[in-house]
Amino acid sequence: MSDPYFEEEHNILRDQIKRFVAREIVPYGEAWEEQGYVPRELLKKMGEMGLFGLMHEEKYGGSGMDIRAATVLAEELAQSTFGGVTVTALVHTNMASPHLALAGSATQKEKYLPGIVEGSKITAVCVTEPGAGSDVAGIRTRAVLDGNEWVINGSKIFITNGVYGDIYFVAAKTDPDAKGSRGISIFIVEKGTPGFTVGRSLKKHGWKSSDTAELFFENVRIPAENLLGEVNKGFYSIMKNFQHERIVLSAMAVSEAQKAIDITVENVKNRKAFDGTLWDKGVIREKMARAQSKVSIARNFVHYVSWLDTQGGDCIKEVSMLKAYACDIANEVMYDCMQFHGGMGFMSESPIERLYRDSRVLPVGGGATEVMYEEVAKRM
Amino acid sequence: MKVLVAVKRVVDYNVKVRAKADGSDVDLNNVKMAINPFCEIAVEEAVRLKEAGVATEVIAVSVGEKSCQEQIRTAMALGADRGIQVETDAGVEPLVVAKLLKGVVDKEQPQLVILGKQSIDGDNNQTGQMLGALANMAQGTFASEVVVDGDKVNVTREVDGGLQTVSLNLPAIVTTDLRLNEPRYASLPNIMKAKKKQLDVYSPADLGVEVTSHLTQVKVEPPAERKAGVKVADVDELIDKLKNEAKVIS
Ligand SMILES: Cc1cc2nc3c(=O)[nH]c(=O)nc-3n(C[C@H](O)[C@H](O)[C@H](O)COP(=O)(O)OP(=O)(O)OC[C@H]3O[C@@H](n4cnc5c(N)ncnc54)[C@H](O)[C@@H]3O)c2cc1C
Repeated sequence: MSDPYFEEEHNILRDQIKRFVAREIVPYGEAWEEQGYVPRELLKKMGEMGLFGLMHEEKYGGSGMDIRAATVLAEELAQSTFGGVTVTALVHTNMASPHLALAGSATQKEKYLPGIVEGSKITAVCVTEPGAGSDVAGIRTRAVLDGNEWVINGSKIFITNGVYGDIYFVAAKTDPDAKGSRGISIFIVEKGTPGFTVGRSLKKHGWKSSDTAELFFENVRIPAENLLGEVNKGFYSIMKNFQHERIVLSAMAVSEAQKAIDITVENVKNRKAFDGTLWDKGVIREKMARAQSKVSIARNFVHYVSWLDTQGGDCIKEVSMLKAYACDIANEVMYDCMQFHGGMGFMSESPIERLYRDSRVLPVGGGATEVMYEEVAKRM
Repeated sequence: MKVLVAVKRVVDYNVKVRAKADGSDVDLNNVKMAINPFCEIAVEEAVRLKEAGVATEVIAVSVGEKSCQEQIRTAMALGADRGIQVETDAGVEPLVVAKLLKGVVDKEQPQLVILGKQSIDGDNNQTGQMLGALANMAQGTFASEVVVDGDKVNVTREVDGGLQTVSLNLPAIVTTDLRLNEPRYASLPNIMKAKKKQLDVYSPADLGVEVTSHLTQVKVEPPAERKAGVKVADVDELIDKLKNEAKVIS
């Protein structure tokens, strides 16, 4: 099986993660879904394997690879069927910590990156607020410079790794008069800083083994040097990282859809009915073949776009198409897969039930489908 | 002490293999390949010997097409120091592989050769034993424990009746069973380091071996599909069916 977009080291990495997933995640995933979070021991094991340093610089313990390594990670974790575990890791590797890696100073990186790579410090990214999601420019959390300290006030919602995380990258308005996206900055806030509290651990439709929080900032004072990158330029930093975030979410979506197809085909081939198996039914064969075609084509596009990103040019249009399409078809495919499981598919004990629930958030988080297609349309 | 570990590229164990339509072989088209799980255990054992200060160098060797370099790299990512590929695109049947490995043994003079007890594609369970005969080395097959003790190695073997421990004079051959160890995961930094490790490529001629095949594959077909079960009313009916229909008891 050769894929022109990947190198030998990606294949080796894939095999290692596959074995890790089978041994360290699959047997325990259901318990983690129950408890609502992934144990830190697992995250440390992933850190030991180098999975949290894929794209970080070697001098901080990382491996300095490109997005293709993260695509491999996303695809293989997704095969576990526990979207909550997958997203816990991916938010850390490709949605939160890149803010530090991309915009952080040498001092900031030296201070935080080694722990992030080890998995002893888990990161969260805090942009969304009760009043602003897709429209990032609408955030209301404020940061004001007071002498040597920034003072943050406001709240955040739906923050992944928000309950059990250690380091939070928080977007706040620093120039309320600036138009739209211009007055936003990003700050490093550590768990335990006075005034910073985790409000609730939010109950969710899916991703149950991922912890999601509502966060409050009440006169949170952090040293001036905790500003990440340039003041008022945070929005651009957020946008910059969106491309990688969206690629890994797409990889996750497509891999989960593939897993759903695999277990469904296995299921209908074994399900005896009407003097044969369900797999003898033309309708089912055609629907599953259609699903497989969509998923294979999307997977190819995931791989192509991952490679395209390494070529240095702008690929916002391609990434936006990918994110919208991959997450949408994952949901279409899940619907049919659940249908062909019959009543068993509705039972919480079947993996398809979880995959189906988990997939629902994919077209919403990290850039809603409608927003993604608008990005495509703008470039047409 | 130098340790040679043999690794084979096989169909990934997660893949559901299919026979080709013409029954000539297993369909390997677009199929995911991986290191044979028993070989992975062999690599792990060798690396542990090195970590324990018993082995000084671990060499991973594979026989096959260029693509098997990926499995050699995997072994190096797991801790082997260098690699050797014996390049041949002739089918890798046990005797051919054993002869080529004998060539490598002559060249490298390892004190210990560790192989998987079998590979999950052909399930032959022959290569290690054949190498033992060709190289005139003592062999401990199906190992569940390996302890090097001076110029001897004690190998605990899993045999039908239980466990048997044999004491072999070095140099010796060990083939691994499933319970010998649990292989580690190669970390990404180690995967990247493995890219820089030495990998030599030899042809069979370099080793003075002529590759001639002795086996012909006649036919590959999938196992019969399992039929639906039946319910029996009582133990007597069960015994009757086992005797007269299934003919498994008399
Ligand atoms: C499980 C989960 C985890 C999350 N983790 C994080 C996290 O770690 N950090 C973080 O900052 N955020 C996180 N989020 C928030 C997520 O990024 C937002 O939910 C998402 O950006 C959408 O914002 P919203 O919920 O405010 O919806 P809104 O922006 O109010 O949009 C609602 C819906 O309207 C439609 N829509 C929106 N904009 C347009 C448009 N321009 N044109 C047409 N239709 C449109 C879309 O269908 C969209 O789903 C998470 C969300 C969930 C559910």
